[in-house]
Amino acid sequence: MSEEVKLMKGNEAIAHAAIRCGCDGYFGYPITPQSEVLETLMEVEPWKTTGMVVLQAESEVSAINMVYGGAGCGKKVMTSSSSPGVSLKQEGVSYLAGAELPALIVNVMRGGPGLGTIQPSQADYFQTVKGGGHGDYRLIALAPASVQEMADFVGLGFDLAFKYRNPAIILADGVIGQMMEKVVLPDFQPRMTEEEIAEKCPWAAVGKPKNRERNVITSLELQPDAMEQNNIRFQEKYKTIEENEVRYEEIMCDDAEYLLVAFGSSARICQKAVEIAREQGIKLGLLRPITLWPFPKKALADYANKVKAMLSVELNAGQMVEDVRLAVNGKVPVEHYGRLGGIVYTPDEIVEAVKNKIM
Amino acid sequence: MKEEIIIAGFGGQGVLSMGKILAYSGLMQGKEVTWMPAYGPEQRGGTANVTVILSDEKISSPILNEFDTAIILNQQSLDKFEKSVKPGGTLIYDPYGITKAPTRTDINVYKINAMDTSIEMNAPKSFNMIILGGLLKVRPIVELDNVLKGLKKTLPERHHHLIPMNETALKKGMEIIEK
Repeated sequence: MSEEVKLMKGNEAIAHAAIRCGCDGYFGYPITPQSEVLETLMEVEPWKTTGMVVLQAESEVSAINMVYGGAGCGKKVMTSSSSPGVSLKQEGVSYLAGAELPALIVNVMRGGPGLGTIQPSQADYFQTVKGGGHGDYRLIALAPASVQEMADFVGLGFDLAFKYRNPAIILADGVIGQMMEKVVLPDFQPRMTEEEIAEKCPWAAVGKPKNRERNVITSLELQPDAMEQNNIRFQEKYKTIEENEVRYEEIMCDDAEYLLVAFGSSARICQKAVEIAREQGIKLGLLRPITLWPFPKKALADYANKVKAMLSVELNAGQMVEDVRLAVNGKVPVEHYGRLGGIVYTPDEIVEAVKNKIM
Repeated sequence: MKEEIIIAGFGGQGVLSMGKILAYSGLMQGKEVTWMPAYGPEQRGGTANVTVILSDEKISSPILNEFDTAIILNQQSLDKFEKSVKPGGTLIYDPYGITKAPTRTDINVYKINAMDTSIEMNAPKSFNMIILGGLLKVRPIVELDNVLKGLKKTLPERHHHLIPMNETALKKGMEIIEK
């Protein structure tokens, strides 16, 4: 790591990290609260240094399809948007998953549904982990809770995407995108050369040599038998990911009698709620899923044997709480607390919710 | 040490940039820092606020319900945030345009005539630096040297010639803030 500590917004950290981790191309379309990703890339002009392409497409739909094209060639490519824009991308996301292409998508969520507000929200949880696009597919979903994680998860997202040939998504929100914090950016890593791509991505469309069959990048398979086999292969891959890639953080959980479950900005606010509750003698802990899919089911099931109740705290009307309940399977009460449409709770509101809903 | 600060006023008064300079100053002083703006369409004329936290320890929530210090630059913000200052905390306000002065007696209230002073100094744009100077006088959370370094980091190079003027404004703010 380069030791220089910088102060920047989460969105800016995404842009700088993309350049540094050897990203080949960014395709996007501006939308609040994530426009600084594209703005920062345009300001830094990485095409002059690393050769990374930065392109403002004519729409979100074209941006995700440019990602599909780049990814099909084995390139490290990404796009970013906010909720309404991510909805537009869903067809392309399903195609990426169906064609087993690695790519990175960033969603800096805002209040919905529809055009909604520009303020922070976490109401795209379902869209991210339960589909969004059509078909039986999964996205590897990373939920950063700090500007440092915004930077770190770009490289991690690409690594996981290439490891499993599957799109990965960074699910952030307006708080994490707009907030400035200290960050240490990753070291520069060169972009892959054409030779490296040919070696590491034998599936990629890089030009057909005489000694192998052509590579076909498609999600289309007209024979249902073959398509079922494709799906079975995807499901096996998803199972491997579920076994190997679950990430979460435990905060003050050791002696906890009550457990908060929260991701992203909510986890930060919950951390303060834990501090306040502890001062009042309430043994409160926090489990923060870092990967929303694969979800830390086992960790939550284990805590169901230790705590009296759980509260899923989300900036939505109750989405992740369903996965918490599935994991806990009725062992302890699991309630939800949320604010909607761009309103963000304060730490004391969460402490009150703990007292009112699970104590 | 941990200082949780809200700066609130009209968009265009330099609320966000004052917060940014404070955050950079904290960075220069080796503190943990968060800067969380109420972002959106309020860039000019509407209300704007930013939460800045400087701390020796890792910072949990960037969103707070109460503050050690509130810097208040218009009536709407005073109405909204006077009650959010922790007992024993600090409230700094510019009386320009304030019709109902703060009433709480369990906090330290300071007045700073920054708007009038910036006009007298013929430097209306240094308004927010006068305020920041006032803050540093009553809450010396960062050293002036680090503020100047922070300014250098936040201002584009073409504006670096304005740093001496900003320094003057900071020092003026330290002089004119009063209980």
